[in-house]
Amino acid sequence: MGEKLLMKGNEVIAEAALRAGCRHYFGYPITPQTEIAHYMARRMPQVGGVFMQAESEVAAINMVYGAAAAGKRVMTSSSSPGISLKQEGISYAVGARLPAVVVNIMRAGPGLGGIQPAQGDYFQAVKGGGHGDYKLITLAPSSVQELYEMTVEAFNLADKYRGVVMILGDGMLGQMMEVVQFRDEEPISEPAKPWAATGTGMKREHNTITSIHLDPSVLEHWNDERQNQYRVIEEMEQRFELYNTDGADVILVAYGSVARIARNVIKAAEREGIRLGLLRPITLWPFPTHAFEHVMPQAKAFLVLEMSAGQMLEDVRLTVEGRRPVFFHGRMGGMIPTVKDIMREVHEIIGTREE
Amino acid sequence: MAVVAQRPHALRDIPLHYCPGCTHGISHRLVAEVLDELGIEGETIGISPVGCSYNNYDYFNCDMVQAAHGRAPAVATGVKRSLPDSVVFTYQGDGDLAAIGTAEIVHAAARGENITVVFINNTIYGMTSGQMAPTTLISQVTTTSPYGRNAKDHGNPIRICEMLATLQGPAYIERVSLHDIKHIRQAKKALTKAFRLQREKRGFTLVEMLSTCPTNWGLDPVESMNRVKNEVIPYYPLGVFVDCEKEG
Repeated sequence: MGEKLLMKGNEVIAEAALRAGCRHYFGYPITPQTEIAHYMARRMPQVGGVFMQAESEVAAINMVYGAAAAGKRVMTSSSSPGISLKQEGISYAVGARLPAVVVNIMRAGPGLGGIQPAQGDYFQAVKGGGHGDYKLITLAPSSVQELYEMTVEAFNLADKYRGVVMILGDGMLGQMMEVVQFRDEEPISEPAKPWAATGTGMKREHNTITSIHLDPSVLEHWNDERQNQYRVIEEMEQRFELYNTDGADVILVAYGSVARIARNVIKAAEREGIRLGLLRPITLWPFPTHAFEHVMPQAKAFLVLEMSAGQMLEDVRLTVEGRRPVFFHGRMGGMIPTVKDIMREVHEIIGTREE
Repeated sequence: MAVVAQRPHALRDIPLHYCPGCTHGISHRLVAEVLDELGIEGETIGISPVGCSYNNYDYFNCDMVQAAHGRAPAVATGVKRSLPDSVVFTYQGDGDLAAIGTAEIVHAAARGENITVVFINNTIYGMTSGQMAPTTLISQVTTTSPYGRNAKDHGNPIRICEMLATLQGPAYIERVSLHDIKHIRQAKKALTKAFRLQREKRGFTLVEMLSTCPTNWGLDPVESMNRVKNEVIPYYPLGVFVDCEKEG
């Protein structure tokens, strides 16, 4: 067993990246994720890695693009407004088929918004975000332990599929301290990168990293290949957790820090003799449709909980396809849903169903 | 029989797509000759821009990475920091470098990023069909300054070398011209020095090449060369703005 430490979420992301073999980090300060940069600034020189504070988020993501093109495991992190700035570079990285990990510790928006936790960037993360048809594998940890494990996993997935993987957390997760149990050895799986631009050494044909294909038939073929790959990812990489769902009439659907609140709701409901379950998407894309098929036979209704106006809600409705009623409770602006408010919704739903 | 002229190894045997009279062909050849002569093709990674030369990754024989508009210096930074012993160059036009990519070039220069920038200044956006660039001269007619650029409405053209020369990071900055043989030879010398200094890890190097765009200038190739000589050079004086070998 490795070390067991009490650590802050943001710092665990940085530590996990180092353990995953990431030696290149490019970022720009923004609350509430800056501790990732602080940690990298301190540790990278000690391990012979590169930490750079770029002149902007735009520059940072393009430095990521360069380091990924050179075949390195590389990461950047930011929070909502900064992630908007990185969208150009993310689209280019996907277009050039470069593996990279992008962390978004979400804050409330739109615009400069606030610095309190929110989940308003769900659409941006799972529906593309930048221009063009593409998807990012999007991981939604719900604890500091998961921030560690999923950051390591993110690098493996990025390399496996030669794409950008996003870790979507929020200010609550990034700022909270919890015990994290590290492993002695990380399950690192990094394939060879013969496509990387490392210099030909006059021993091979030159490598070209590019996202431009002016011939429409070539570009359509390229896109077809991505879409085919996305179908494979949708089949292979769905991750989710089902908690207390057996015999539950109403299934709460929540991810990230809101899923923690949902567990408290389940406990509060139990005290009242109401059985609720939790369906927690861990991959937001691919959306865990399989999980819904598990619970569909017994579920009478779904209640989606988010710190947004209802973004994942749309994917739940697309998955449920009208087979069950889907309810929603959300807060915005950095406000956090309370057990009391959610229980009120639960009572209403159960009341409605009894009528 | 002695070989008196041949294609540089670093330049692939593919017809260039550039317009007749465009000097991209010359600047490509100069870069390739320098890679050959310094024997660095195998350790070089070039960064292609957005603009007419977006696909110069097809022309150079070294590894190439295509960048988003203006972001080449940031991409080059990512590559160079990953492979500090490699040779990294960007090849950027004036729209790419002096407009959308101003932040990236200034900060790469300020950091003394150990890369070489080949800066093509033809005072216009070529690929998108002749719009006003930050470098467009006062009174120059473009598709977005159809009555001629005027300082009141459009601001004044930016002299990049002079601006970057105020920073501490650059090791070498020179402006050259490609309008005649004598000046092309000087351009080659400047490029050779820039790449040599990079190999010696001396810091940021940039060579600005005053270039032509006959198609969008509405001039024939000879008139275009004359325009560089008579109109462009007077505003963009040739010379060395920073040389780490001549300081202290």
